[in-house]
Amino acid sequence: MKVRIKFRKYGPVRFIGHLDVMRYFQKAVRRAGIDVVYTAGYSPHQIMTFAAPLGVGLASEGEYMDIQVNSLPEAEEGLTSCGTMVKRLNDVGVRGLDAVSARILPENAGNAMASVTAASYTVRFREGRRPKGWDDAAADRLIESFLAQAEIPVEKQTKNGVRTVDLRPGIYELSWRLDGFFLLADASSGGNIKPVLLLEALLSHGGMTLEENALFVTRQDVYTRAASGNGTETFVSLGEIGFEEPVTQAEQERKP
Amino acid sequence: MCEKLALSEDILMQIEKPERYIGCEYNSVVKDPAKVRVRFAMCFPDVYEIGMSHLGIQILYHMLNDMPDVWCERVYSPWVDLDAIMRQQKIPLFALESQDPVKSFDFLGITVQYEMCYTNILQILDLSGIPLNAAQRGDDCPIVIGGGPCTYNPEPLADFFDLFYIGEGETQYRNLLDLYLECKDRGLDRREFLLRAAAEIPGMYAPAFYEASYREDGTLKSFVPTEERVPRKVRKEIVDHMSEAPYPVKPVVPFIKVTQDRVVLEIQRGCIRGCRFCQAGQIYRPVRERDVKTLQGYARELLKNTGQEEISLSSLSSSDYSGLQELVNFLMEECAGSHTNISLPSLRIDAFSLDVMSKIQDVKKSSLTFAPEAGSQRLRDVINKGLTEEVILNGARLAFEGGWTRVKLYFMLGLPTETLEDIQGIAQLCNKIAALFYETVPKEKRVNGRVQIVASTSFFVPKPFTPFQWAKQCTKEEFLEKAYQTRTAIGSQLNQKSIKYNWHEADASVMEGILARGDRRLCEVIRRVYEKGSVFDAWGEYYDNARWLETMKECGLSPDFYTRERPLDELLPWDFIDCGVSKDFLRREWEKAKREETSENCRVKCQGCGAAGFGCGICAVART
Repeated sequence: MKVRIKFRKYGPVRFIGHLDVMRYFQKAVRRAGIDVVYTAGYSPHQIMTFAAPLGVGLASEGEYMDIQVNSLPEAEEGLTSCGTMVKRLNDVGVRGLDAVSARILPENAGNAMASVTAASYTVRFREGRRPKGWDDAAADRLIESFLAQAEIPVEKQTKNGVRTVDLRPGIYELSWRLDGFFLLADASSGGNIKPVLLLEALLSHGGMTLEENALFVTRQDVYTRAASGNGTETFVSLGEIGFEEPVTQAEQERKP
Repeated sequence: MCEKLALSEDILMQIEKPERYIGCEYNSVVKDPAKVRVRFAMCFPDVYEIGMSHLGIQILYHMLNDMPDVWCERVYSPWVDLDAIMRQQKIPLFALESQDPVKSFDFLGITVQYEMCYTNILQILDLSGIPLNAAQRGDDCPIVIGGGPCTYNPEPLADFFDLFYIGEGETQYRNLLDLYLECKDRGLDRREFLLRAAAEIPGMYAPAFYEASYREDGTLKSFVPTEERVPRKVRKEIVDHMSEAPYPVKPVVPFIKVTQDRVVLEIQRGCIRGCRFCQAGQIYRPVRERDVKTLQGYARELLKNTGQEEISLSSLSSSDYSGLQELVNFLMEECAGSHTNISLPSLRIDAFSLDVMSKIQDVKKSSLTFAPEAGSQRLRDVINKGLTEEVILNGARLAFEGGWTRVKLYFMLGLPTETLEDIQGIAQLCNKIAALFYETVPKEKRVNGRVQIVASTSFFVPKPFTPFQWAKQCTKEEFLEKAYQTRTAIGSQLNQKSIKYNWHEADASVMEGILARGDRRLCEVIRRVYEKGSVFDAWGEYYDNARWLETMKECGLSPDFYTRERPLDELLPWDFIDCGVSKDFLRREWEKAKREETSENCRVKCQGCGAAGFGCGICAVART
């Protein structure tokens, strides 16, 4: 059975790289006594996958990892077995990598990594690092004009040198809310948009430049695409998929 | 906690592996500074990944943190990238847990595990804003205390430390801290505390209260206390009952992969063997075992408390641990269902160990390790390495029959009395093992086609408190000539294609030897070398040999003086330390070595080394 665990990342542990976050959870899962499934062979490893890797230094309110388990922990009083798993992980965890929820995935659910299509972010300017010429009141107008462009070409550093990519199709939402930006953008493995790159493009559109490390980025959630009732597609949070308690196949099918 | 950072976002985003500096690791200990009376910064003066792999620090960290009035935190050397930034931006060095500046602590403890970290000690002091010279420190500085194997000759570091703790840290820290608190309460100054510590607490050496004088030829003329109250000789401290000593069953679990990425079970301290080149084998005498039942409990707790996927046994010679079979069987059973690996370093290759290894690892991928240390039986007798060619070949045959195809062999070059024949013996032994493989394993069963033998040589460095402490150390040119001879000899063997040869750098080995057997006059050299920019000398890419040599010259000191053979009647810089093993015993062993005579190990027959004076461990049990 596959379980998806949602966690947050904040505070000093933001500086832990993606691979080390994986190593951290491998050990935490063992400490928590979770009955995780291992691969066979001489160097068995836990069956564990992570959704879109988060860059070093970024905070997140919605990170996901899927683990395969043989069994669920016995539910503690007042908790579901998924809730018990969350509690146990937090009992043996560090501050800043807190488990938020766990859900049993339906058999047909795609894995965390492959199903990611989009992510939402909030982005604030760091203390003293607002770009010269920035005006909160003019933010909406700047964004409107920015998004009105047919194409937003930016240069992206890749393994094979510099490549020009068009950001426009991957921006699903961009707005200014009180003291920061809200962004919903492509986070799929093929078209992932880095928030900093996008905001650099926005500011440069307004004739401004961004200092280094001027932005504090928090990923809010990660989404997959799912069919909605009226035949169109919509974004569904990875955390909304699945069940809090084990359910039968029939029950699984009944739930849309 | 886990909120505060000493380094800014800009710096953390700019440096390699910021995880080295943020603390927050699982099992790291955070206390309320308002509720403790002593803040202790425990430092391993090398990069985080190395320092975090050291068991001794974990033992002391947890022992001190178990004291309600003490908060012990960790400090490691900032890597060169951060080092440059800290100097440029004048950021003081901080401890990981609280991220508070080290200078504000009561104590800075530094473990000194190898000579090539001496400049890193100065880096730590310097970045902390603590004067390098102990004499210039005021009451606003922590007490800087050193420990670890290199402090058995603390003299090259004498200027930089307020105190050295000679021996095992488990025994006297509480007394030392109580004295510190008493002095603080009574408003006594730094000097008075140090004097009382040196005078009243066993194992404490305060270099400021001793004076060295030299003869015209540079040798030590006298070494005496300048204060009546301090002892002429400082005797090492030792844990007498290992099973009752504190053990860190909740070790800190690093986020990044460190050198020892596993939990460690120290099964015993000390070694019965008495190899004559080995310092650890003398200074940790007598051998003291931990009880199997106690260790079983630790193993369970360690794995449960860390989630680590590997457990390793630690000791100088695990095969000599009397409960080995029982312990290993327990671990195999315990780990079988939990996907936990077992690692067994320093095991003698025999039927038992091969059986165990075949069960816990992939034979095809693993290799066997032998440490004959010398190529000929004659030289192995000189160094008292009780490993015979017969034993090696028997072990190798069993291993080849069991499917192993890779063998690693470790040797030393430049051992006392070594001749060309001894060096050629290295090549011949490798060749014999290769030939044995082709003899033992029929063609159709050779998994990888051929056997792979990797021979590695290091250069012999005479160390204090070993029978070879009087021996001459080779020059760089002699070392390189020996490596060349080894390579040539291996190249002329019939099975040379199956043998790979690696050798170490010679420069650093010579400097290591100079520092190991050095005196107080080297403090000036170390300081100047550091001030010229040397740090991380243990890392080949940062070691600048020319700078060390040039600085020695500036200070009027010659490398040859420190590497020469020392006459038996010479006063040695470390003679004021009593490590439990008598100078008389070491002299007897040195003479036996020259006569190519071996000595039996502690289990077979007591050699009267003097460690029985501690009245514990193997010295206190009946021999079999």
